[in-house]
Amino acid sequence: MPPLLTLTGLHKSFGGVRALAGVDLELHRGSITALLGENGAGKSTLVKILSGVHQPDTGGIQLDGTATHIASPTAARNLGIGVVHQECLVFEHLTVAENLFVNAYPRRRGMVDWAALRSRAQTVLDDLGADFHAQTAVASLSIAQRHVVQIARALVNESRVLILDEPTASLSQRECAELFRIARKLRDAGCALLFITHRFEEIFELADRYAVFRDGMSVGTGALAGTQRDELIRLMVGRPVEQMFPKQDVQPGETLLRVENLGRDAEFEDIGFTLRRGEILGIYGLVGAGRSELAQVLFGAEHADRGRITCSGDIALVPEDRQGQGSILPFSIAANIALPNLATLAPRGWLSARRERELAQQWIDALAIRAAGPSQPVGNLSGGNQQKVVLAKWLARKPAVLILDEPTKGIDVGAKAAVHQVMGELAAAGHGVILISSELPEIIAMSDRVLVMRRGRLRAEFTRAAATGEALLRAASDA
Amino acid sequence: MMSQYRDWSPVARRDLNFALLTLALLAAVVFRYPTFAAPGNLAGVLDDTAILIMLALGQMLVILVRGVDLSVAANLALCGMLAALFNRSFPDAGILPVLVLTLLAGGLLGALNGVLVWKLRLPPIVVTLGTMSVYRGVIYLLSHGSWVNDNEMSRDFLAFTRARFLGLSTLAWLALACAALFIVALRRMPAARNLYAAGGNPEAAACSGIDAGRMQFLAFTVCGAIAGLCGYLWVARFAVAYTDIALGFELQVIAACLIGGVAIAGGAGSALGVVLGCLFLGIVRSSLPLVGISAFWQMFINGVVILSAVLLSARPQGSRRATLESPR
Repeated sequence: MPPLLTLTGLHKSFGGVRALAGVDLELHRGSITALLGENGAGKSTLVKILSGVHQPDTGGIQLDGTATHIASPTAARNLGIGVVHQECLVFEHLTVAENLFVNAYPRRRGMVDWAALRSRAQTVLDDLGADFHAQTAVASLSIAQRHVVQIARALVNESRVLILDEPTASLSQRECAELFRIARKLRDAGCALLFITHRFEEIFELADRYAVFRDGMSVGTGALAGTQRDELIRLMVGRPVEQMFPKQDVQPGETLLRVENLGRDAEFEDIGFTLRRGEILGIYGLVGAGRSELAQVLFGAEHADRGRITCSGDIALVPEDRQGQGSILPFSIAANIALPNLATLAPRGWLSARRERELAQQWIDALAIRAAGPSQPVGNLSGGNQQKVVLAKWLARKPAVLILDEPTKGIDVGAKAAVHQVMGELAAAGHGVILISSELPEIIAMSDRVLVMRRGRLRAEFTRAAATGEALLRAASDA
Repeated sequence: MMSQYRDWSPVARRDLNFALLTLALLAAVVFRYPTFAAPGNLAGVLDDTAILIMLALGQMLVILVRGVDLSVAANLALCGMLAALFNRSFPDAGILPVLVLTLLAGGLLGALNGVLVWKLRLPPIVVTLGTMSVYRGVIYLLSHGSWVNDNEMSRDFLAFTRARFLGLSTLAWLALACAALFIVALRRMPAARNLYAAGGNPEAAACSGIDAGRMQFLAFTVCGAIAGLCGYLWVARFAVAYTDIALGFELQVIAACLIGGVAIAGGAGSALGVVLGCLFLGIVRSSLPLVGISAFWQMFINGVVILSAVLLSARPQGSRRATLESPR
């Protein structure tokens, strides 16, 4: 039997950033295909294309043997493609029944037929064995139940293809089992399912086929029976470590930062480590492992519920979301750099515009920020140069500990090299650096030591010599 | 009864509680001043509140889709002036052309707000703050700053709002019809359900094939058409048209929506709640002279009622957040 859905050679770029660079995928009736890939491998973009939110630049989509074009979310629904979104797109103010039929209400004489709406919704929920009622307000449901609402919505639309985008990321063991029961039920009814997850044991428990993406390309597909976990990991990592990171050897000095038993409800637990002068400490983990949350607590943006942080000096954070958290886009470069340094710039309470500009110019020169001048708004700069401004504003304080959360995500090679150079110089000058990154080659090349987080806990520690890509990925993904 | 009550949606429960509160207020006033309960007086309260009810129902649509229309009162004044000028030029045309003219003109003014919000993605508060002044300015251009007085209005033009049927004026009947229409339509019309979806979660709405911008456009257009019609009703009721009629009235309209339980963040609210909110304000306003409190306290009391309403519409702990709190 030919596959139900066939994708060939899909390409998609967003303003010069390549998200998909040749993706092939086949989904079969009565089969669950697991989609694997590191963060940024192109999985989310694929989901958006299949759900009609984005259009591919080139490439073909065949459904049931005929070439199709998924022009909009409505088109996707009419074609029978249902998506359970990772971020759980439901309407909290509405009831479950309304959520199932949104924009496709059963009608009688042009008006919403509430009786039919309720009974049809209840039938679908009963079929799924859901533990809540059609009349319940979605606001009162748990995350797991909201995922079930999304699955039920797909069923209402008679979906033949169902995409589950990391549905288990925030579910308990019992809730996962419930979700898997429903997924198997749909598989047995002849649906083609695409299951996206980072957890290997779930892949082997639920799926029968696999597809691996790397850097926006398909790098392997096949049947899971007889496939080893290590093989999948190799496919996911599979690239040579780039030799562009100038790592200086620094002899670590005294302890700068000590973290003991740190915990924050529902985010991370039992975190303990030390950081020494001159050290670059890598923290690796998958999205949702709790790394950014830990960084926010270390920095003081959020409070810990338990544990102690002892630090001889100040801590600065270059956050992952540089546009939302790292900088104020409409402000000038000078104003952004001045923000954490106002006390130095205004010793008597008055800010001197001249000193602000001088400080900014100094860092524009030091980091080779490509800008018209200190008064240019940060929002007009390229991603790499924005990141340099965020770095500059904290470097100007000369913090004892600098935490960098995904500092090179989505920036060009030149800016990346500059960021790495700054990190090296900072460590060499006796500061401590914590590097949080999802990019294996970067973590491996830059770190003196690597900690691996998984589901809110530290799972492993590697010395520089022992930190190989496969070892890190295995520790990060429940191996 | 009680077990059923627990199954009610939060909005329905709020409406019931608010209805009881409004009745309690009415009972308290009547207990102290029995004359308040005279049929003529209650009908008068409804007459006084009718325009507010209609405007608030229109405004509610806009707030449901995360917008706000500050230009309703200016729209009302402009359409009122148009109606008066039309009537002065064609005194014998009858009432139907006036109704059609104001509905169309108001709808166009509303649609202009809607297009700016939908196609140019401008924030509704900025758009309507601008059009509010523009519409007032246009009245000045049309009328050259002069008034249209009752001696320049035809008899039909003035009589329409005053005609009585079963003890209620046309105004009151229009408001009741409007309320009934909204209560049914918001519940049963597919487009209206999409309005709630688009306001509740625009991203999820987009993924369900609902164009949230188009929903905003529709809401602004309907709101504008109602404001236009109310323009004629206002001018006929007070028998005068000039640049500054209903100045600042948009704030009362928005206040009535909030008191009636419409979520300012969009996506939640009921037509019944809005009508109750208007009646509550109407009862407060007409009982103030009886109690011997100057009408100048009306603003103060409105404010206290809004703040109490917001405090009482108990949102679950944790979802309460300050405007400046950083999103996470």
